[in-house]
Amino acid sequence: MDYGIKKLSTGKRPKLRRFHQAKWDESIIFELSNEGERGILIPEVEDEVKNEVRDVLSTIPEGVRRKQPPRLPELSQQRVLRHYVRLSQETLGTDLNIDVGQGTCTMKYSPKINEQLARILQMAEIHPLQDEETVQGILEVMYKFEQILKEISGMDQFSLQPGAGSAAIYANASIIRAYHEAQGEADQRDEIITTVFSHPSNAACAKTAGFKVITLYPDQAGYPDLEALKASISERTAGLMITNPEDTGIFNPKIEEFVNIAHEAGGLCSYDQANANGIIGITRAKEAGFDLCHFNLHKAFSAPHGCGGPAVGAIGVTKELAKFLPVPVIEFDGSRYLLNYDRPESIGKVRAFYGVAPVVLKAYAWVMSLGAEGLKEVAEIAVLNNNYLLEKMLEIPGVSVPYAKGKRRIDQVRYSWEKLTKDTGVHSEEIGLRAADFGVHYWTSHHPWIVHEPCTLEPTESYSKAELDEYIEILRHVSNEAYKNPEVVKTAPHNSTIHKIHHAPLDNPSQWAITWRAYCKKTRRARVNDNVNLNVKKGDFG
Amino acid sequence: MSKKKPAVYPYIPNSVSTVKNQMLKEVRAKSVEDFFEGIPEKLRLKKNMNLPTPLLSEYSLRRHIEGILSKNKTCQEYLNFLGAGCWQHYVPAVCDEVNQRGEFLTAYAGEPYDDHGRFQALFEYASMMGELLDMDVVNVPTYDWLQAAATSIRMASRITGKREVLVSRTISSDKLSKIRDYCKPNMRIRLLNYDSETGQLDLNSLKVEISSKTAAVYFENPSYLGFIEAHGDEISKIAHDHGAISIVGVDPISLGILAPPIEYGADIVCGDIQPLGMHMQFGGGQAGFIATRDEEKYVMEYPSRLFGIASTSVEGEYGFGDVAYRRTSFALREEGKEFVGTAAALWGITAGVYLALMGPQGMREIGESIMQRSNYAMLQLSKVEGVRCPVFQSTHFKEFVVNFDGTGKTVAEINKALLRRKIFGGKDLKNEFPELGNSALYCVTEVHTKDDISRLVNALKAVVK
Repeated sequence: MDYGIKKLSTGKRPKLRRFHQAKWDESIIFELSNEGERGILIPEVEDEVKNEVRDVLSTIPEGVRRKQPPRLPELSQQRVLRHYVRLSQETLGTDLNIDVGQGTCTMKYSPKINEQLARILQMAEIHPLQDEETVQGILEVMYKFEQILKEISGMDQFSLQPGAGSAAIYANASIIRAYHEAQGEADQRDEIITTVFSHPSNAACAKTAGFKVITLYPDQAGYPDLEALKASISERTAGLMITNPEDTGIFNPKIEEFVNIAHEAGGLCSYDQANANGIIGITRAKEAGFDLCHFNLHKAFSAPHGCGGPAVGAIGVTKELAKFLPVPVIEFDGSRYLLNYDRPESIGKVRAFYGVAPVVLKAYAWVMSLGAEGLKEVAEIAVLNNNYLLEKMLEIPGVSVPYAKGKRRIDQVRYSWEKLTKDTGVHSEEIGLRAADFGVHYWTSHHPWIVHEPCTLEPTESYSKAELDEYIEILRHVSNEAYKNPEVVKTAPHNSTIHKIHHAPLDNPSQWAITWRAYCKKTRRARVNDNVNLNVKKGDFG
Repeated sequence: MSKKKPAVYPYIPNSVSTVKNQMLKEVRAKSVEDFFEGIPEKLRLKKNMNLPTPLLSEYSLRRHIEGILSKNKTCQEYLNFLGAGCWQHYVPAVCDEVNQRGEFLTAYAGEPYDDHGRFQALFEYASMMGELLDMDVVNVPTYDWLQAAATSIRMASRITGKREVLVSRTISSDKLSKIRDYCKPNMRIRLLNYDSETGQLDLNSLKVEISSKTAAVYFENPSYLGFIEAHGDEISKIAHDHGAISIVGVDPISLGILAPPIEYGADIVCGDIQPLGMHMQFGGGQAGFIATRDEEKYVMEYPSRLFGIASTSVEGEYGFGDVAYRRTSFALREEGKEFVGTAAALWGITAGVYLALMGPQGMREIGESIMQRSNYAMLQLSKVEGVRCPVFQSTHFKEFVVNFDGTGKTVAEINKALLRRKIFGGKDLKNEFPELGNSALYCVTEVHTKDDISRLVNALKAVVK
């Protein structure tokens, strides 16, 4: 059966791609091992050094000396390269696809120039503990970028240390705790309020930081429920940790009231700005009264996502809270940049050293390539693209948009295929797997699925109208298939690297295998290197 | 005055005015302002943001950034002996080649179908780390060793139901700071003394501090101060005898020659993979790992994603997916284990490339060569008048403490003088370990030649004169 596109669309509609993902059928790297092969050689130790220190391995205490070599694969260099290049080809990066399907992730273009600049020696080969005089360049970049974020948010001081969005939320929860400790109210104020359409980490990080979590659900109209907030707020409230616009793309119009209510009760308000891409230059944390906020530099600020990091979650606070920021903070004395560790009330370290400096550099370069007007253009076009996509999505049979009926959305939309599921039995996840057959990502939603059969699209500013049309055409096609030939959708993907995965073993402790060695044990499979001496002389080990 | 706005932005295709107008028309909007109708007027930013004038051409941007970065002095121009949590090792070209591939660099959270390669690469990373560590479970990397240690401790607390952790006092103050902040809500941290002669963890201190309340004992091997902890098996045994978990922090590049900590009783092993193919990047190359045995009670306490191998509907085909996803905060919000999100996956893929290139022989050779060079450096430094090296009478791997009390100069003064000779001296330990006097932590790896070491020794001789 040919699951490709037999009937190509005609007329003005974009052509559906006869896509097939790369399929190298590449073995697991251990299966490629050949005894004796080497991928790289180690610099030879000079004879004089060797002779002077003699047998250093024999000085290692017996119980700490390695007896058996690690069963790592043995491969020549080009075979390693080819293996990984093949795996890369089986990975659908933003460089390849119209990446509007991973809502909440802001999958925009990560400019190549910024990547090149982050890899030059003056960035790559500097040690974080070098004398400050020798790292004035990178300190300048980090300091200046903090000033940029201050202007974008209106907050008074930033730290670039947290390693991503969740780490930033955690750090902000820690700062909220430190503030209440300083007020002598830490024991009393043990509750954090969030909304169900804020990223799960707002709830999870608050809990990890020791708070009880209260989650607000939307009201009838689909906005965060003000009455529910009023009912939850008390002298136990430590703070509000909230996303806006929420993951539905709806801007909470009563956000100022939310903040005021929390403040009146003595709580602090922390703004998760992961969804900032549609509001940069439009509205800020300061004007809404927030005490803390964070931006993901790997989202709105264009640094690449790297399969899930490295990343930066930049946290900003008001001057009242600045003393609690992680150490060190970067300062400028008018002629030089310096690291200030003398911060007795700081929450301490959140991440090693000062954060992921090359990610900061990429974000700085991105802002410098756009300026204030360019950033506003980013927001405006991202929002235009989103509302264009919304308009076209609603033309697709089976799609609806719950909440805030008839209202425009900001950066993204959470759609529902509930009607299509009722009509056809095809679920949202299956639509995503079929969409993958045409070379695009598609994402449902974080849990819990308040919106039934959800799908979250965020087009950003990076895709042309023609590309948005192509994405829509894919979903329109899949919807048609669901109504006419649901089996094609239910059995997808058909053009992927692999076929339907058996998921049950991944939840079964006797079957799951998180490493190759565990897999070999559990499937009673002989490991490739079993009984092989790995070309390492026996005498070398123990 | 330079222009602030071009006609069209290269990164924003729909900034072409005709396209923009057509799209506005199609959605029946008068202007983009219509889309912001839900934002109260009071919250609208009324001014233009005051940001630097943009560098609109790619060329001028490059000139600007290169201009700023040229103020940095690199560890290629200067001879570097700093380590202390970020180490200068050689990065094989293939590591850079793979992690700059656009497919990996710009992928994120796709399904195991669209991103099969990403899942396989991270599964293989975990698998190769598993061989190095002799453990069956390794996580998708977390932020860094600080986080890995802090999470390991909280995992131990959940597994044992206890709330006290004993931590070797020879860990870095940064890591201790992180552990304190992260464990503050529900754990007590008690520090274990070390032997002033050898640096080894003081077993008497451990025996005094440990009790039925102890969830875990955390120590490192090699320690932050560079020496090899010889009594890991005894430490683990004491921990186990009290129902506590043994957590060992380890430098993975040592594991071609040092025993995997499971051999001396570790239950949870953690550390940083930056040595395995990541450039220093001013501290941006860090990524943490956590490893355990494949026991449900351990696996279910990981907050991180764990990628597992699975079969598919086609015989012989490998697929991948999340193992026990319902432990995570993605699935359960605050009811999940700690939290999970973006962390440092690309560095995990890169470390996998590194281990595949090195193989068992490479890991053994690099471990031995590092020890040979660092031991050689210690020998040469000990001959410098007024210098005591190593301070601890133990075997060292790649780092070691050098004491300058006999020179009459402070570490800061010595390092300033070395800097003038284009050398980055070791990290000053005066704030972290005041009891060590005028001491610095030096790091020597496979990148340091005999001549490099001689240059340091000669410079020090001149400096301390």
